[in-house]
Amino acid sequence: MSGDKGIAPVLAAATAEQEAIILRQRLPWWRLLMRDRFALAAALWIVLLVLCFLFGPELFGKAANALNLRARNLPPGSLEQGWMMVLGSDALGRSMLARLIVASRNTLSVALTAVILAMVFGGVLGLIAGYIGRGIGHVIMRFADIVQSFPSLLLAVVVLYVLEPRVGNLVIVLAITRLPVYLRVTRAEVLEIRERVFVDAARALGGSRFHILSRHIAPVVAPTLLTIMTVDFAIVMLAESGLSFLGIGIQPPEITWGLMVAQGRNYLNQAWWLAFLPGVAIMMATLSANVLSNWLRIVTDPVQRWRLEAPRDTDD
Amino acid sequence: MTAYLGRRALHSAIALIGLVLAVFFLARLTGDPTNLFLPIDASLETRKEFAHKHGFDRPAIEQFFSFLEDVSRGDLGYSMRKQRPAMELVLEAYPTTLKLAGLTMVLAIGLAVLVGAIAAYRPGGVFDRIGSMASLAGASAPDFWVAITGILLFAVSLRWLPTSGLGGFPYWIMPIAVLMLRPFGLLVQVVRGAMLGALSSAYVKTARAKGVSERSVIFVHALRNACLSIVTVAGDLAVGLINGAVIVETVFGWPGVGKLMVDAVIQRDFPVVQASIMVTATAIFMLNIVIDLLYVALDPRIRHQ
Repeated sequence: MSGDKGIAPVLAAATAEQEAIILRQRLPWWRLLMRDRFALAAALWIVLLVLCFLFGPELFGKAANALNLRARNLPPGSLEQGWMMVLGSDALGRSMLARLIVASRNTLSVALTAVILAMVFGGVLGLIAGYIGRGIGHVIMRFADIVQSFPSLLLAVVVLYVLEPRVGNLVIVLAITRLPVYLRVTRAEVLEIRERVFVDAARALGGSRFHILSRHIAPVVAPTLLTIMTVDFAIVMLAESGLSFLGIGIQPPEITWGLMVAQGRNYLNQAWWLAFLPGVAIMMATLSANVLSNWLRIVTDPVQRWRLEAPRDTDD
Repeated sequence: MTAYLGRRALHSAIALIGLVLAVFFLARLTGDPTNLFLPIDASLETRKEFAHKHGFDRPAIEQFFSFLEDVSRGDLGYSMRKQRPAMELVLEAYPTTLKLAGLTMVLAIGLAVLVGAIAAYRPGGVFDRIGSMASLAGASAPDFWVAITGILLFAVSLRWLPTSGLGGFPYWIMPIAVLMLRPFGLLVQVVRGAMLGALSSAYVKTARAKGVSERSVIFVHALRNACLSIVTVAGDLAVGLINGAVIVETVFGWPGVGKLMVDAVIQRDFPVVQASIMVTATAIFMLNIVIDLLYVALDPRIRHQ
């Protein structure tokens, strides 16, 4: 840090800032994740769920449907019928553990598809409403008003009533009810981004609207949308479970966690775990998604990121 | 101010009209509305007679105008199952839901303000951490599952509370507690955030400097300024409360609009479904206007716009 008199302090400040930036970049996301115990637990749980989602039905499909009349209504924790019965069994002697794992695919795939659909369509509509604006923008915003001013569950109930409760319809309805959130956020961001210099530059260089939106604006909005997606995943999962619980969502013989709670409700007196455990599964998944999204928000927010980068000992 | 209110009311009115349109076209989306209005096992003659009587054989545009006329008179047809006007059934069930939702919202806001304000007073403290974790868990819990677990624990095992039905004070405890969970969880986070901002502002420092008591600093100076964002979120949550009411009323067997609607869907009683949507939408429309008035009352900046 030696140098000429006048310029030295400025240089020193600049190198210090440079070093701070390098240090920040050197800390990979998984190191940041290790520093937050709750977020780490949530991430591990999500990884486990993804594994269940990918391989569960193939590995445990047989066990989930195998009747075992000698092992009917086993309470959780009973091991005399083997490890598969560790979470108990239902009135037909089917393993709860296997059924929970198999049901994870339906539950997660409905929520995931709905959230992705909502994000893509909401994002595109938001880009249009924000960048092109005026007439078409107003129409899009009023549409968002209508959807948002009405309770999502009632909307889903009505649409599924008219259009038959099939998985495809369920996904579309859930996506529509979540669409306004992405739409509004995207539009608000676009309104701000389109005034920036790099957008002006792209326009001056003769970039088309499509090019500017897809190459210059969309990449800036995307991280925000991904953060919202994790919260939304929890909300949509709760909505799907609620609909399945009411009997208007996914229909038997398919199973989801919400449906398992509804079916277990009839055996509340004899076998409480039939309704209780699927609910725990739902809650663990939504809680993980919520915790993880809080963490993501802190990581992507430069103002708050120091909380995770700060040395551990000051935290405890 | 009138311009602001007028614009907001117009937006709500457009939303309401959009909904009326959506209901009309949804009912005709399946091709044959008699499929919706009549039971599945209705004979061909009954269907034809019904279609003629209700004008389903006339052009769609003509049907739409007669539909509008009926809606404006509050006539939404007869319930297929109960042989009574659908509107009558809905209006009968409404007070129950309103009482449930109103009490829940008042309790949720009151408790959330208390917990959120105390948590924001010492950010990172023990109370703040416990409060944040609990509110996150409350917002993540599936309400129907909490309701069933509550019944299992307090009604079946401990026999402290009744399992379901409508009655005196003990009957209200579980439904309100379950319904409160999500609005409370989300509101605590909002109150905490808004209070953190308000407590670090200059006017709070001024108030402290002139020797105002801490309680008055928190609950008068800071809270009043945090009110605006609380009202915004509480308004959205009140709309969302109807979702919870549907579930809670179904699980606890309450004769409210939510249960009426779910039963109507399961029994395929379309006029009742249609009437409940209309009434709910109108209620939300009025709620939005009340919230706008509250804004104006709370924030003088809007009044002078």
